[in-house]
Amino acid sequence: MSSKPTPITPELVASHGLKPDEYQRILTLIGREPSITELGIFSAMWNEHCSYKSSRIHLKGLPTKAPWVLVGPGENAGVIDIGDNQAIVFKMESHNHPSFIEPYQGATTGVGGILRDVFTMGARPIACLNALSFGAPEHPKTRRLVSGVVAGVGGYGNSFGVPTVGGQVRFHTRYDGNILVNAMAVGLADADKIFLAAASGVGMPIVYLGSKTGRDGMGGATMASAEFDNDSDEKRPTVQVGDPFAEKLLLEACLEIMAADCVIAIQDMGAAGLTCSAVEMGAKGDLGVDLDLDAVPTREPGMTAYEMMLSESQERMLMVLKPEKEKQAEAIFKKWGLDFAIVGTTTPTLRFVVKHGGEVKADLPIKELGDEAPLYDRPHVESPKLPVIHARDIKPPIGVVEALEKLIGSPELCSRRWVWEQYDHVIGGNTVQRPGGDAAVVRIEDGPKGLALTVDVTPRYCEADPYEGGKQAVAEAYRNITAVGGKPLAITDNLNFGNPERPEIMGQLVGCLKGIAEACIALDSPIVSGNVSLYNETNGRGILPTPSIGGVGLLDDFTKSATLAFKAEGEAILLIGETRGWLGQSVYLRDICGREEGAPPPVNLEAEKRNGTVVRGMIHSGTATAVHDLSDGGLLVALAEMAIAGRIGASLDAGPEAIVPHAWWFGEDQARYIVTVPQDELLGVLTKLKAVGVPCLQIGTTAGHTLSIAGERAVDIKALEHAHESWFPNYMGGKA
Amino acid sequence: MKSAILVFPGINRERDMARALQLASGSEPAMVWHADTELPKGTDLVVVPGGFSYGDYLRCGAIAARAPVMDAVRKFAGDGGLVLGVCNGFQILCESGLLPGVLMRNARLKFICHDVHLRVERSDTPFTRGYNAGQVIRVPVAHGEGNYEADEETLQRLEGDGRVLYRYCSASGEVSDAHNINGAAASIAGIVSERGNVLGMMPHPENHVEAIMGCTDGRGLFAGLVEHLAKAA
Repeated sequence: MSSKPTPITPELVASHGLKPDEYQRILTLIGREPSITELGIFSAMWNEHCSYKSSRIHLKGLPTKAPWVLVGPGENAGVIDIGDNQAIVFKMESHNHPSFIEPYQGATTGVGGILRDVFTMGARPIACLNALSFGAPEHPKTRRLVSGVVAGVGGYGNSFGVPTVGGQVRFHTRYDGNILVNAMAVGLADADKIFLAAASGVGMPIVYLGSKTGRDGMGGATMASAEFDNDSDEKRPTVQVGDPFAEKLLLEACLEIMAADCVIAIQDMGAAGLTCSAVEMGAKGDLGVDLDLDAVPTREPGMTAYEMMLSESQERMLMVLKPEKEKQAEAIFKKWGLDFAIVGTTTPTLRFVVKHGGEVKADLPIKELGDEAPLYDRPHVESPKLPVIHARDIKPPIGVVEALEKLIGSPELCSRRWVWEQYDHVIGGNTVQRPGGDAAVVRIEDGPKGLALTVDVTPRYCEADPYEGGKQAVAEAYRNITAVGGKPLAITDNLNFGNPERPEIMGQLVGCLKGIAEACIALDSPIVSGNVSLYNETNGRGILPTPSIGGVGLLDDFTKSATLAFKAEGEAILLIGETRGWLGQSVYLRDICGREEGAPPPVNLEAEKRNGTVVRGMIHSGTATAVHDLSDGGLLVALAEMAIAGRIGASLDAGPEAIVPHAWWFGEDQARYIVTVPQDELLGVLTKLKAVGVPCLQIGTTAGHTLSIAGERAVDIKALEHAHESWFPNYMGGKA
Repeated sequence: MKSAILVFPGINRERDMARALQLASGSEPAMVWHADTELPKGTDLVVVPGGFSYGDYLRCGAIAARAPVMDAVRKFAGDGGLVLGVCNGFQILCESGLLPGVLMRNARLKFICHDVHLRVERSDTPFTRGYNAGQVIRVPVAHGEGNYEADEETLQRLEGDGRVLYRYCSASGEVSDAHNINGAAASIAGIVSERGNVLGMMPHPENHVEAIMGCTDGRGLFAGLVEHLAKAA
């Protein structure tokens, strides 16, 4: 077909990330040897990142429906109904591989990509969150990666103009060679004006919008579907460059032409750019697509069809417009200074035809490009069960108070202020609860509704027991939303794992998904969007399994949200939920005892739901004055966080005799909260909770400026705060 | 009060500003596109909001300062009209010559977003009459380039003429290096033009105007402007 056809050699096939049997599948499907452009298109559509070929059969087990779900997985983002014709559009996506190679640009384009996913559906982004996993602090690359990724996340979101309100930051040596950058965006749309990717109507103009196409990001999705080795740095040219200014213009222009009712279908050009977006629009609408690449705005002359089809230049969109609105749409885009070009038409042929310079460069069956992608039921083995560690067998190396002082200023549990102060988290004027609490709370327009937003996962639990870890990630998101008074509604997941061709890694994925599915069902939180990132390995060593869970909850009245700060002295401190003193896989066991071992805490989903419902009720009735979910670090760390936030101390009773002190104070049993209530409410609360069978114990009273446990040395809140706030800036300044 | 908010491509706090002006004055501000050459008739306050006009590529505020609408703003200010520039707006006003000096990268080279305390240096101006002299207010900052700098002579003139209206300080009003968040000369957070009718400031009073959102310290600035204009009318 081409004037000088490139010979398709086995080496060329392999360099496109296609296995010999996958290439055979292509030959069978089209009945001839593909052109180089076609080979590129197949590699873009059939890589792990775009085709979910290893995970697809297991993703089917996730619950995705509920009466309030308007759009589930498969579109650019998920959509839920929150009443009053308002809809929340959200999704989380990874940009792991690029961020390791080029942290600033990798992170910016990760944020840019997920924002585009959200506004493509007709929503104005109202919040961003992120989950970042870095290598051990002492690893030589970590500091530079933290600095670059945080600056990149901020650089894009701040300029685009969306508040970044929450997230996670963790360090672990298993991310030394593969950091994770998961970005989540949340947008607000009219429920009756959601835009989808499916084209409709034959002969409709396909319009290219946004920035010009360049040679950046070539083959990025294929790179994201391969393991790293020592030469990973050489992959830098596959990382795209972000332009938040262009994206801000694209946002305003898109919302304007949507409001003017010009759009039939819209798809952002993300991974695999023009290829993926055009194929999806056609395939979803049961239509063929003819593309004329001569019309594509390019950044440099001489780009080949192959390069244009595989470019991952950012800030681009593809749309099918209503023909009669073409001029109006063009005027809007010109006003915003953006490129606008008709690059193709829809056809009745179900073929994907790409023309360039008067030649047909590709002619492929459009449905089969997606539908016939390889699907693997890869062998998987269940992770071996680890023994339950009995707290009495763990000898505490230091006292309870010393352990608290150490943990509160540790890399795992210290304040993330250094990070989130580089993100504009107040723009929009709707941030009710800023970063640093259990979940962020964002007012919806002028209220009274608010959203509770969080991202959670505990990778060390997932590694020790994928099934329980998967459950726990969902349960913790549920708790964090509950702790601010939100009703959890739906979830987006970002599944980060190692090489799925290894049965033990595949076993982690399968186990985590099983746990996630079970928890989502039990807690009424369907998964409405998500992303899978596999091959997070370097030199054969995988990351900790990290299925990030992004949770969205609703507050009917944002003024009735709770924060974790102690509010007044003399209030009763209640521990809600059952405590057994579970030390297996706890931060205490790892960071104080130096032992990363044992089974993680089991998650009782019934208890999660029951306890969560009670806590939410206490917030809404105004009984609870402060609420905090118990997670990493356990009871005493949570109490210290509440004291630091409120600058009020607490007088605490000694733990029960049946539980050794270090297990009582630092165990990580699930389904627990701390709630404070005024003394005059105490009796009523205790009676009520007993009646509904929710364990509740008064463990102390807010008081003074120290945390003092009966029989232990009192510790000054200011000293704890200093330790809590110091580690991150000291570390980044090279002092830790 | 008839206010006009300038909208340059890449500006992103225009909605926050519109909300604050609406709350303070009860009337909706006009949005004026950067390519326009005139301000709406009867405008009595021009606001240059925050954001990243033209991506802040080249130099923050530099391209916006040369946009068509800025000629109209220069004329408006020349006639004594009130102009308020916040964050990127401050940078644009400096670049356009309406205010002296320049905003450089923060001393610690990082974007900063958190609440800061500002000392209101005097209360006898349209931009501060909603406060008392010496009052400390709490408002957020969100910028990467807020480090105000000018030559020694200009700084002396600013101080001598009482044109520094807002300064970074501690919660109790103490001005010191420890509270100078971005390294600005003399802890300057906001200054006015020689005639006193153009204010540029880095912090965002428009984000602290609603009791329901936790803090109303920014309200005084807008309430003062409304009062000033009502008296002038």
